[in-house]
Amino acid sequence: MSDHQVELQTRRTPGRFARAWDSDLAYSFRRTPVAVVSAAVVLILVLSAVFAPLVAPYDPFDPASLNLMNGFTPPGQPNALTGETFFLGTDDQGRDVFSTILYGMRISLFVGFSAVLLAMVIGVVFGLLAGYVGGWVDSFIMRIADIQLTFPAILVAMLIFGIAKGITPPEYRDQMAIWVLILAIGLSDWVQFARVVRGATLVERSRDYVLAARLVGQRPFAIMIRHILPNVLNPVLVIATISLALAIIAEATLSFLGVGAPPTRPSLGTLIRIGQGFMFSGEWWILLFPAATLLALALAINLLGDWLRDALNPRLR
Amino acid sequence: MTGPVLSVRDLVVEIPTRRGVLRPVDRVSYDIAAGEILGVVGESGAGKSMTGNAVIGLLDRPARITAGEILLTGEPIHGLNGEALRRLRGRRMGMIFQDPLTSLNPLLTVGDQLTETILEHLPVSAAEARKRAIAALEEVGIPAARQRIGSYPHEFSGGMRQRVVIALALCAEPELIVADEPTTALDVSVQAQIIALLKRLCRERGVAVMLVTHDMGVIAEAADRVAVMYAGRLAELGPVREVVGNARHPYTAGLMASTPSASGGHRRLRQIPGAMPRLDAVPDGCPFHPRCERAEARCRQAPEPMLQTCDGRAACWFPVVADEEVPA
Amino acid sequence: MTALIRLERLTRDFDVSKPWLNRVIERLPRETLRAVSDVSLEIPAGSVYALVGESGSGKSTIGRIVAGLVRASGGTVEIDGVDTVSAAPARVSEVRRELQMIFQDPFASLNPRWKVRRIIAEPVAVRGESTEGLSERLLEQVGLSAADANKYPHEFSGGQRQRICIARALASNPKIIICDEPTSALDVSVQSQVLNLMSDLREELGLTYLFISHDLTVVQHMADRIGVLYLGALVEEAPRDRLFAEPKHPYTQMLFDAAPRMDAFGREVEPPKGEIPDAINPPPGCPYHPRCPMATEVCWTEVPQTRHIGETRVRCHHAE
Repeated sequence: MSDHQVELQTRRTPGRFARAWDSDLAYSFRRTPVAVVSAAVVLILVLSAVFAPLVAPYDPFDPASLNLMNGFTPPGQPNALTGETFFLGTDDQGRDVFSTILYGMRISLFVGFSAVLLAMVIGVVFGLLAGYVGGWVDSFIMRIADIQLTFPAILVAMLIFGIAKGITPPEYRDQMAIWVLILAIGLSDWVQFARVVRGATLVERSRDYVLAARLVGQRPFAIMIRHILPNVLNPVLVIATISLALAIIAEATLSFLGVGAPPTRPSLGTLIRIGQGFMFSGEWWILLFPAATLLALALAINLLGDWLRDALNPRLR
Repeated sequence: MTGPVLSVRDLVVEIPTRRGVLRPVDRVSYDIAAGEILGVVGESGAGKSMTGNAVIGLLDRPARITAGEILLTGEPIHGLNGEALRRLRGRRMGMIFQDPLTSLNPLLTVGDQLTETILEHLPVSAAEARKRAIAALEEVGIPAARQRIGSYPHEFSGGMRQRVVIALALCAEPELIVADEPTTALDVSVQAQIIALLKRLCRERGVAVMLVTHDMGVIAEAADRVAVMYAGRLAELGPVREVVGNARHPYTAGLMASTPSASGGHRRLRQIPGAMPRLDAVPDGCPFHPRCERAEARCRQAPEPMLQTCDGRAACWFPVVADEEVPA
Repeated sequence: MTALIRLERLTRDFDVSKPWLNRVIERLPRETLRAVSDVSLEIPAGSVYALVGESGSGKSTIGRIVAGLVRASGGTVEIDGVDTVSAAPARVSEVRRELQMIFQDPFASLNPRWKVRRIIAEPVAVRGESTEGLSERLLEQVGLSAADANKYPHEFSGGQRQRICIARALASNPKIIICDEPTSALDVSVQSQVLNLMSDLREELGLTYLFISHDLTVVQHMADRIGVLYLGALVEEAPRDRLFAEPKHPYTQMLFDAAPRMDAFGREVEPPKGEIPDAINPPPGCPYHPRCPMATEVCWTEVPQTRHIGETRVRCHHAE
């Protein structure tokens, strides 16, 4: 029923920014308060993490600036011994909780972004191959994906983490921990990218523009990269956003279980693990503030992903 | 019969969008009498399907009726919604769509779907409903109806499926059938069968049929009267012989001349320049004037020609006169 | 005139079996669908050859085999004297360059993420040749403006998109264009524009068209010679005027009778019997016999061979 598909067209040819501002996606964004608020939260958290050295009042990893006497200072109150006041209090070693959160978020976000990037690259490559080449290549890739899906992602990540830890020399373990974490989470998450890309590729492959490209002698590789890839990116973007939230949680989970980021370079998960030891002894802030930050970050990214999925779905528009 | 079965009066359908309000149906009026087939023809975007959907109350949000009325045997039905509308559909109005699979439930046998519809709308027993279901399938020409009643939709071929849909549309004995491109997805030979079936049922049962299609050939074969739509408005309305044979509106005339025909051979086809305006850019005055070779100053200004303000046949200030041949 | 395209006993089977595991468990045999069955035809240079048929007749498959998008299961395809099955791959890809295609759905045949300039120039760019000004020149040739090269496909209407498809097909200076239902997705008033453009280009550039359509009126307008397909087999072939004046095969006659006509108000004809049978289990003998009013015993058992009656080639036991 083509009468329903009323296409709208802009007749002016304004600049790039004006066009982006005028696009349906930007319009939908402006009209969705949840998306605007989530984006603002994500933006503030990401920026303050990136610029942590400028924003944070202390450097929690500089032993020279640490004073053990400041340990267990409650938030907003002066320390009984030194008289110093900390916005969100201090932990057992006298580190400013606010600063450790900022630095911890840096690691969490770095691990999250890198892991999603890794999963995305692997997933898109295998998804394109499976969808375009088909046959046994498709069966092979998708069976591996199916097998991996039967295990919980966190279990897969722990397995990869364990293997990697076993083969790295002990003296490099702490340095390598972050990279191993990225590898573990990235490898445990490629399946959904691959599935979605494969499905979209199957649809695009049968469309006439791909036939036209084959007809003029484009090589399969060129067809996959130049023709199909740009047309399957929308769902990839949605999944990447939601995966980012999941990857940050996964990183926190691993670190909480003690198999992730080392205490010398604590992520949000490590901070929560450290904090939970003090929860029932009255120093609740050491746990609560990192946990709340993690929750806010993951929730905001997730809501943003939800909005993106709806906004990019032509059937819901 | 007294009065028309369906009467549409100055119907306006609007879609609010971020760039303004679109009018896919603009002040459309027509009647359909019992036993009559009205063909509604137009190109994509002309508003023909939207008109049909407005009549059966199936407008997709955010499209809505903002003015005018739709009367079924004199009663207004354009304001109905929910349960009242659902009861009306099926009982008094039947629907046939282009893709038969959209009207059939793939998980139920065709017999179940027919008897369910009959039981819902008519005061009969279950045994009687089953008997009627078989009769309905026989009537639409499904061989061995008694055996096939237990089959699922996917077990029928495309043409047979469309017959099942017609049986489903007719089984509660409605007064009006809205058929939206019922033969477009079918092959020529099957299309001829379905058209013949629709015509026969319409005549025997005295049902009013609104036949929405883009195919002038189908209209010429099946319809009694034809409404030509352009950019949401009625361009021409009249008996099919008149409209097809002696088009008054330059658009209809151009449409006829640009259809390749048996007599034509390799000569160049007459063509209408340009394309139908998008709904957000309908020109002032007559919407056809930018493509019309007869257009004069009056055509470019408001008020635009409407059927009601012209001769009731063609919405045109300068209609093609009967003896004036359209240059081939 | 020599034949630019020659098909000799062309056959194509598709494997439509269930997956291997299902076949093993449910003890099902392999199933094949014969989409094209023993089709032979010749297309002289500079002419328009039309293939007509209903769905499942194999007309699109034949087009795709000629284009090299689908492989033949049997028979030969000769383009410009080169047998595309047996000749060296380099030679084959060389003759295939002389061949282009226009597709049915102008909304699916243009990559939505590419600008029109890049779309049109693709056939030339892929060979690494210069595309300077090419798209602009071609856009003007098909009745659009050079400025349109900077736009994306979604900014055009269906008819304009089909013009872009034609421009792309012309980019590599082909001799042959395969037109797969080029106007069936278009509105009537736009269809005539596109058909006229195709006729003009054929005259200007001396093109040869293989025109695939289900629409008899369009075929009658465009074609010099017409082949009628039923269930993958060429049941009748004749010059256009011959075919329309005197259709020999009962299937062709049925098609002509069933097609809706503009001058047929309230026409009461006996609608044709039956529907196209399942191509996986086609009827034995002549595939049309279950629907044919002329069928006799011989039609049930023997596949009719091609016979020449005047200028017409027909596959029917009873045609005269």
